[in-house]
Amino acid sequence: MEWETVIGLEIHAQLATSSKIFSGASTAYGAEPNTQACAIDLGMPGVLPVLNQQAVRMAAVFGLAIGAEIARRSVFARKNYFYPDLPKGYQISQYELPIVQKGQLTVDLEDGTSKVIGITRAHLEEDAGKSLHEDFQGSSGIDLNRAGTPLLEIVSEPDLRSAKEAVAYMKKLHQMVVYLGICDGNMQEGSFRCDANVSVRHQGDPKLGTRAEIKNLNSFRFVERAIEFEIERQIDLIESGGKVVQETRLYDPDKGETRSMRGKEEANDYRYFPDPDLLPLVLDEAFIAAARAGLPELPDAKKQRFIQQYGLSSYDAAVLTTSRALSDYYEATVSALGGEAKLCANWVMGDLSAFLNKENREITESPVSPVQLAGLLRRIQDRTISGKIAKDVFEALWAGEGETDAIIEKRGLKQITDSSAIEKVIAEVIAANPEQLAQYRGGKDKLFAFFVGQVMKASKGKANPQQVNDLLLEKLKE
Amino acid sequence: MHDKTIAQLSAGLAAGEFSSEELTRALLERIEQFNPSLNAFITVTDEAALSQARAADQRRRQGQAEPLTGVPIAQKDIFCTDGVRTSCGSRMLDRFIAPYNATVVDKLNAAGMVMLGKTNMDEFAMGSSNETSFYGPVRNPWDLDAVPGGSSGGSAAAVAARLAPGATGTDTGGSIRQPAALCGITGIKPTYGRVSRWGMIAYASSLDQGGPFARTAEDCALLLGAMAGFDPRDSTSVNQPVPDYVAALDQPLTGVKIGLPKEYFGDGLDGSVAHVVEAAITEYQALGAQIVEVSLPNSRLAIPAYYVIAPAECSSNLARFDGVRYGHRCDQPKDLLDLYTRSRAEGFGAEVTRRILVGTFALSAGYYDAYYLKAQQIRRLISEDFQRVFAQVDVIAGPTSPTVAFNLGEKVDDPITMYLSDIYTIAVNLAGLPGLSLPVGFVGQRPVGLQLIGNYFAEERLLNAAHRYQQATDWHRRTPTAFA
Repeated sequence: MEWETVIGLEIHAQLATSSKIFSGASTAYGAEPNTQACAIDLGMPGVLPVLNQQAVRMAAVFGLAIGAEIARRSVFARKNYFYPDLPKGYQISQYELPIVQKGQLTVDLEDGTSKVIGITRAHLEEDAGKSLHEDFQGSSGIDLNRAGTPLLEIVSEPDLRSAKEAVAYMKKLHQMVVYLGICDGNMQEGSFRCDANVSVRHQGDPKLGTRAEIKNLNSFRFVERAIEFEIERQIDLIESGGKVVQETRLYDPDKGETRSMRGKEEANDYRYFPDPDLLPLVLDEAFIAAARAGLPELPDAKKQRFIQQYGLSSYDAAVLTTSRALSDYYEATVSALGGEAKLCANWVMGDLSAFLNKENREITESPVSPVQLAGLLRRIQDRTISGKIAKDVFEALWAGEGETDAIIEKRGLKQITDSSAIEKVIAEVIAANPEQLAQYRGGKDKLFAFFVGQVMKASKGKANPQQVNDLLLEKLKE
Repeated sequence: MHDKTIAQLSAGLAAGEFSSEELTRALLERIEQFNPSLNAFITVTDEAALSQARAADQRRRQGQAEPLTGVPIAQKDIFCTDGVRTSCGSRMLDRFIAPYNATVVDKLNAAGMVMLGKTNMDEFAMGSSNETSFYGPVRNPWDLDAVPGGSSGGSAAAVAARLAPGATGTDTGGSIRQPAALCGITGIKPTYGRVSRWGMIAYASSLDQGGPFARTAEDCALLLGAMAGFDPRDSTSVNQPVPDYVAALDQPLTGVKIGLPKEYFGDGLDGSVAHVVEAAITEYQALGAQIVEVSLPNSRLAIPAYYVIAPAECSSNLARFDGVRYGHRCDQPKDLLDLYTRSRAEGFGAEVTRRILVGTFALSAGYYDAYYLKAQQIRRLISEDFQRVFAQVDVIAGPTSPTVAFNLGEKVDDPITMYLSDIYTIAVNLAGLPGLSLPVGFVGQRPVGLQLIGNYFAEERLLNAAHRYQQATDWHRRTPTAFA
């Protein structure tokens, strides 16, 4: 019997505001415990929340980017439950009336097709603190630095049909929020994390199976593995006569398995009700128009533009628009060089990316600026150096040894384009290799490459490769 | 000095008849003498008061004094006061020292007022007799066997006994107006949003509102002017300028329409109280007001709606008192659940526990629609009733409470009867309107209050109507004999 998997994701994106959603405390990551928690974050008696307008704007920007309706009136509610790192005994969240209503995201799949995934809603809420269970001799410590950090919870429709689709959707969403500048996307620091609702059913069955919710997945790899494990588990369970129970599960990355955290019968009754400390959030047309005007070019639109404007392949355009910073770098390079879009693309995706990866740096941390890279490419273009030599110059640029022209000068890397000089080298090479010459002339064409190699070697790589080709062809015939 | 009103004290200070330090010492001595019998104060901040008084005198010498500079005041122990215990009348916060000031406290400090101490109150403002306080009941200065009303009973008693010329209170269902009535003084609950709730420990956030107690409407006008105003730290505070309440006091009442809701004069109203209230209405007629009978048909639903909404909000507001970060924590908790349950069971008294349980139940899945949503619908109906009436009249008048002060212990075991003592005040909170209580006579030795209700932001009108009445009568000048 064929099984179908049904997955829906709830993604928590931490909004990149400088202060918390209901207080003025900083949201910077990594500070000493409890140094970024003010009276409001501590839930002291008598304190009151005041909504961060920046967080509202970011939620609206997200909604517009996924083509969703922005609620002109949304409501903050209290989700009541006791937990030591939840200082007020309730979390302020949006429940019945979220700020972002139905939207959608188009996801590119591995087989080259694309699929539209529905987004049910996205709502604003505050994060809780952190409980620290080590180093306290039988007690627990609580760090409230994270308490009150603004989150946008993005809930998808159960439109995803495999772990791979789920990851593709999550990656696309990640790219989107980083592009929009509303989330730093740092998954290790928990800025972008995911809960996955997974169920299975027989192919064609209109009814959804019982789902399990896997909590707090903070990497794409974990999402894929956890979902795959969970699908297997559920299918095995049903096929062996068992039943999936609705429950919350945790993924253990060390063992590569999910395990039960709490069942439905232990589920909280959150006693939601509208928070009387906050008035309904009312957004007027001017606010929404301003948010729309502030929308950057979105990844899909940018990719299309790159294909058209720069004549790039779909693949190149996709890679170069992965992040806003990368596409900005690329466009700055093309602009500094004044064209040669394909050459720029090759270098940005090739050597530059390789160096960045090797040193684990972000594009924004590249020691070679777009103007410097364009300077290097200009010397390839005007044949001062060959592409091969350019790789050495790039390395020197990266190491901070000066500008392209100075490096070429200092190292004597200028390409030899003087025909008589090249002819002289060719003559020497031919004279030194009579045997190969005879074989070549006897019809062994493959030896041409041997002669090219010898000439390049003798010229220490500086001879212009095209000229070497042309002249060698000529001389070998003689 | 202790028998002077705030307006008189302000004039005396300005004229150099006495210093704030002298005045403060005199009142601190009275507190020392009388508080043991009244139990109106939980904490007396004598040293801080004297240093504030000296600062006020200094400020006056520098020519920087404002009308309230150097005038002493008592703060209800629900307002956070930086560095001073803020107990909210509860064991839970018995050792809680607030790390910041409530906006109301900041504002009165900025005006140069001198805080004498923190007054007793029903635990977390839940009660109508001041008997739910962890610090024991407050007694009514007019009759030590009687309750002062609640929840702001300590503030009302302190002002009635001339231990302080003014005090702050909070009113969620009548907690300023009912004790003002039972203690024979004047108190006003402003429009919801008029006074900042920042630093005022929440009972029921959508109903809570701070306001002043004093002996006269004029004094209340002075105090409210200093307390009111937009506060960016309170999202429910209203950004609207504060009028000069004192300037409006003397307007004549000629032609002012006063509505008497027939529902406020029916069954349940004590006959003797009704007589006193009717006499006050007659006085208003003599002052030129036009009296009209009106109807608030949904009044009878106010108490049931209130006792769903207020407990629902309180069950959530009081969840933060969990023994984890501050407040009472049980000894040797064996695990997390034990820490929560014992800390809360030990820290909260019976009435608070009752309301938390009721509220938790009302918000639970499956009950929410039947209770909380229904109560919110009733709340809307009650507001609409008032708006219909305010299309006809300027002010609504009636008894503040159905009876005069009852005896200590009389209603303690009967919460329903206790809840009924707020029957005329609660609807005002549900609608968010301003309400004022002023003394209009006695039944035996115990005072009777008249409640005046206005439309949104009509505090000026209420203070004006009360002031004109006080210009023509002397009920507000009566002093309980033992505290003369």
